[in-house]
Amino acid sequence: MTPNLVYVVVIGVLFAAGVSMLLERSLTRILMGMILLGNGVNLLILLGGKAGAPPIVGGAPESEMADPLPQIMILTAIVITLGMTAFLLALAYRSWAMAGHDEVQDDVEDRRIMLLAERDEGSGAEDNS
Amino acid sequence: MTWLVPLPVTIPLLGAALTLLMAGRPRVQRTISLTALTATLLVSAALLALTTTGGPLVVAVGGWAAPLGIVLVADELAALMLVVSAAVTVCVLIYSIGQGMADGHEETPLSVYHPTYLVLTAGVTNAFLAGDLFNLYVGFEILLVASYVLLTLGGTENRIRAGTTYVVVSLLSSVIFLTAIGLIYAATGTLNMAQLAERLDGLPDSLRLILQGMLLLAFGIKAAVFPLSSWLPDSYPTAPAPVTAVFAGLLTKVGVYAIIRTETLLFPGGRATVVLLILALLTMLVGILGAVAQSDIKRLLSFTLVSHIGYLLFGVGLTSRLGMASAIFYVVHHITVQTTLFLAAGLIEKRGGSTALDRLGGLARLNPVLAIAFLIPALNLAGIPPFSGFIGKLGLIEAGIADGGVLAWLLVIGSVLTSLLTLYAIARVWNLAFWRAPNPSMPAPDAGKCPPLMIIPTLALVALGVALTVVAGPLFAVGDQAAGDLSDRAGYARSVLGDVFRGAS
Repeated sequence: MTPNLVYVVVIGVLFAAGVSMLLERSLTRILMGMILLGNGVNLLILLGGKAGAPPIVGGAPESEMADPLPQIMILTAIVITLGMTAFLLALAYRSWAMAGHDEVQDDVEDRRIMLLAERDEGSGAEDNS
Repeated sequence: MTWLVPLPVTIPLLGAALTLLMAGRPRVQRTISLTALTATLLVSAALLALTTTGGPLVVAVGGWAAPLGIVLVADELAALMLVVSAAVTVCVLIYSIGQGMADGHEETPLSVYHPTYLVLTAGVTNAFLAGDLFNLYVGFEILLVASYVLLTLGGTENRIRAGTTYVVVSLLSSVIFLTAIGLIYAATGTLNMAQLAERLDGLPDSLRLILQGMLLLAFGIKAAVFPLSSWLPDSYPTAPAPVTAVFAGLLTKVGVYAIIRTETLLFPGGRATVVLLILALLTMLVGILGAVAQSDIKRLLSFTLVSHIGYLLFGVGLTSRLGMASAIFYVVHHITVQTTLFLAAGLIEKRGGSTALDRLGGLARLNPVLAIAFLIPALNLAGIPPFSGFIGKLGLIEAGIADGGVLAWLLVIGSVLTSLLTLYAIARVWNLAFWRAPNPSMPAPDAGKCPPLMIIPTLALVALGVALTVVAGPLFAVGDQAAGDLSDRAGYARSVLGDVFRGAS
């Protein structure tokens, strides 16, 4: 089947918006990006199957029926996205409660080792024992 | 005997439900989890025995025949992975029970630990058994969601920070995987892997390359292949020791397993070989150089984990039967050894009060058993003969030399170099943490006592790692047979779809 132009544009916009939100530091925005991206993927999957009458035996001639498989996959994906959204929200809330913000931070140990390397010092205990 | 096939997924899931119901009773929870995982191990062993003698076992879930319904396929590779992962999960469970008792938080707040751990196991086994791309995705999601919970257990600030990185990266890889699935379905009209094996061949080359690239990208993030690996050393070390151990042993290997399936069943012909080999070399070298720079044992081990994923990719990238067989042997070795090392790191943390190298010292004198539990798997990882790491690396190097290409030779040199640097990294841990005078900041012997329930499973895994050398011949033969079966796509399709559907599709 030939893809509908509106679909294609919508999917493109959802992906683009999702990716640019993902690049943010704040976990809440990352979550928004994830939701947009997830919806983009769902539409993309929907595009992969044939549209048509409800696929119930006897309801319509077989050749006019929609392909039910993508719809089932989207349903599964929606459930998973919902669960993940709840988890990420909890994570963001916990981060805010513990640290006062919900920013995704650089790794502390990475930064420490990079500082040591800049000063040309070893990372172990060799030097000070 | 096909009724055995779904059991490795259903037993842990049932166990998870039961342990959730028993949330307030730690003793009952422990009994249920232990029984469920032991049963999974026994079933997996039976599956391995059946598949090596009788070929793949296939179950159509719910009785819906293959291309319409979902199939679970237990072939040799899947059964072998099941056995190793079940053995590792049982040992880690006993270890975590021992640690829970020692740390005194028997009831709070970890009533979710057992159900989540069992769900994680079910996700891993489901991913190994999946004969359908979407079921593989579901398997990944089950294990990932469980891993998010386990990684942020207790919700301390450090774990939340590390968990955020992990969750976001994993979510991204899931989205890429799901997009690839959507595109593959649009292009072929099926997601059954056996049917895909036939239909993907008919697609235009450029489209195939895009689909293959997307799958490899998604699995590469899961498997922590450089340059998609930097999330791993940031997130794994903050989790509790048993959680890190089981993640290190299993989760990345599920990614590697998916890469093996992609490269053999779905997109054979080795069009990604050059990319895979270059990435393998970079993963090895960058990973091990990262390990050398670390000052914390858990982080150092995480970097060696990344580094040794490179060996697995090396074997897969060679596309020869010997290379694949060696990679399969190496997966088995690496799951066992890496898990053991993280368990040993947990023991070090218990005895020494920390895993930072500058706060440790003299552990060899203070706790000789712990020294053995660390040294043997560490030497095994570095590939000292006669341990299994040496045999696996030898197989890979032989396969590389047999290939004879420039890139293969570069990888042979790279893998020897990585092996030496691994030895350097673990020798450094040994010198600083186990020799020297004991550090005054370490806890007193009574406070830092390791309970037997933590030591016994660690030693059992050490023994398993050593035993891999003893059974190396038969194990390599199983790996070789599995590698042979992987290259026989028609055989796979026949056993999944039956002769009827082959003609129709």
